[in-house]
Amino acid sequence: MSSVELQHITKKFRTVTALNDVSFTVKNREFFVLLGPTGAGKTTTLRIIAALLHQDSGSVLFDGESVDDWTPADRDVAFVFQQYSLYPTMTVYDNLAFPLRSPMRKTPGPEIKEKVQRAAEILHIGHLLDRKTANLSGGEMQRVAIGRAIVREPRIFLMDEPLSNLDAKLRESLRVELQHMQKTQGNTTLFVTHDQIEALTMADRIGVLNEGRIVQVGTPNDIYDRPATTFVAQLVGSPRINLFDARVEDSQLWLVGSKISVPCPTDRTMPATVQVGIRPEDIQPDPKGKFSGEVILTEPLGVETILHIRSGEQVLTSLIPGISSMRLHDTVHFNILRDRLHYFDDSGKRIGQ
Amino acid sequence: MTVSTQAQIQAAGQAQPQRKRRELSDRAIVNLFIWPTLILLIAWNFFPLIYSLFLSFTDYSAIANKPPQWVGFKNYADILTDTQMWKYFATTGRYALVTVGMQTILGFSLAVLVREKFRGSGLVTTLILIPMMLSPVVVGLFWKLMYNPSFGYFNFLLGFGNPVNAPDMLAGRFANVPVPNLALWAVALVDIWMWTPFVMLLVLSGLKAIPDYLYEAAAIDRASSWFQFWRITVPSVMPLLMIAILFRTIEAFKSFDLVMGMTGGGPGDQTELIAVNLYRQAFLGQWRTGRASALAYLILIIIIAISNLYIRYINKANED
Repeated sequence: MSSVELQHITKKFRTVTALNDVSFTVKNREFFVLLGPTGAGKTTTLRIIAALLHQDSGSVLFDGESVDDWTPADRDVAFVFQQYSLYPTMTVYDNLAFPLRSPMRKTPGPEIKEKVQRAAEILHIGHLLDRKTANLSGGEMQRVAIGRAIVREPRIFLMDEPLSNLDAKLRESLRVELQHMQKTQGNTTLFVTHDQIEALTMADRIGVLNEGRIVQVGTPNDIYDRPATTFVAQLVGSPRINLFDARVEDSQLWLVGSKISVPCPTDRTMPATVQVGIRPEDIQPDPKGKFSGEVILTEPLGVETILHIRSGEQVLTSLIPGISSMRLHDTVHFNILRDRLHYFDDSGKRIGQ
Repeated sequence: MTVSTQAQIQAAGQAQPQRKRRELSDRAIVNLFIWPTLILLIAWNFFPLIYSLFLSFTDYSAIANKPPQWVGFKNYADILTDTQMWKYFATTGRYALVTVGMQTILGFSLAVLVREKFRGSGLVTTLILIPMMLSPVVVGLFWKLMYNPSFGYFNFLLGFGNPVNAPDMLAGRFANVPVPNLALWAVALVDIWMWTPFVMLLVLSGLKAIPDYLYEAAAIDRASSWFQFWRITVPSVMPLLMIAILFRTIEAFKSFDLVMGMTGGGPGDQTELIAVNLYRQAFLGQWRTGRASALAYLILIIIIAISNLYIRYINKANED
């Protein structure tokens, strides 16, 4: 296993800049998730690390050594594609053994067998080894594709949205398995996804990518509790963060279009107009609450309920535990956890800590 | 009362013929489409098929003005014991093997080349496809001119200036010395030139269907390009390649127009393919209609047998 470092990577496709000065490091044995919407440049980043694409400028370092001139075979990475890239007309066993049989690797026969068996065991595909890949289900195919990555000891695992083509239940179970595998084997992994839940649950660290730029790198806690921009704040968390324009008046912060105001924080300098972000779980109904509004929609999810509360022209989303007894058009009193508020300036950058 | 009932009656009167017409028209359309086709099929395909099967058991000659006489399996026995006929079958087999073999190799190679995107690759592909769009008789005629030892381009391009010590391909001679099978290979060359694009086209469509990520995965898995070719490219293209080979094999056994355009079976019987001989027996000289019908059925059986082998192979490949 290796650490992988990207230094000022820029990549253009004709007139489109796919990656713009991207730098980050995946530490040895770390599970690093690259999170971003479609078209952010996540896959391009992976392909550059695997040498399937070449960057226009910047360099890629493995363990501090530049690998810019290395071919995909030299770089010795494992790549799990979004489409299950299995070799057709081969059995599952042959697919798993494929990378080991490479003339460049010269693995002895008994060792191949042992490694394939072990990978099949980890991924619960031992019973499929003799099957042709065309007859497998989507989940089984992706397991085989992951298996093909883990039969050898690559320097880094690159995974390009490997779970996004699976149904919800399978995605969840494979997510847990992947995480377990990574933790027990200590594989350096760079995992690409647009799914914030995958990112938050699996990552040691997350890099948020938007329009070819790294917006923020940090632990899931950092990303969730201290989003660097409104983009990051809106990308993670479900339901989405409440984001309002606010005016500072008489050291009070007024949310535009509502009757809600909170005292201005004193530990940082605030411009005259800001954006305030409130996580739904930080809006808590309380009969003695300071604010009130009208319930316009409830979404009971079992463990929790999403309340949509109208205050003035604004609608706030609140997340409360359990099934709520609130009914439509009820008046609800609530509190806002002031020390959990997020402030952003007009350009969307976070103000203060 | 009267107004409403009248309206009802009117409505009913209008509705009924409408419904009736629709019922009729469904049925009528079905008949309209099926019967003309069926009649054509029966008249042009089914009847000749059965009638020629009957004729193959008779001594009928189309110009003899004599009713067909039943002779049983005599025609079949005659053909199968005739060493001359076995020679024609062997010539046809050799011709099929060489043309289909070369078309497969060249067509596959061309497809692999043309798959790469380069400047003008679309134009090159189109140009390569031109030979198969021409009429075989036209191709036969102009290759005959090209092969001409005195003024043909073929010898000129090979660097033979003097027709006296140059090959005369279609006459099967080199500097006036007979070369065995030279004429047959000359015809085969034209067949290869004409139909290689067909194999290329089918293989190309197979190649384009292979997703890039398979090759990328293989590159990451450290597979050599040789390995990639044999384990990814060839298996993916195989079903389409087999269909191309099947078509070409059937066509090779039916080869007639090219040969007639160039040699008419000569010199001697060097290019006497089985279909050419069939034509000769049926429509030239003695007009041995009964015997020709028997020969046609033998060719049909051979083609069906070969096709079955291929189809079985293709089905097996698809199941895997």
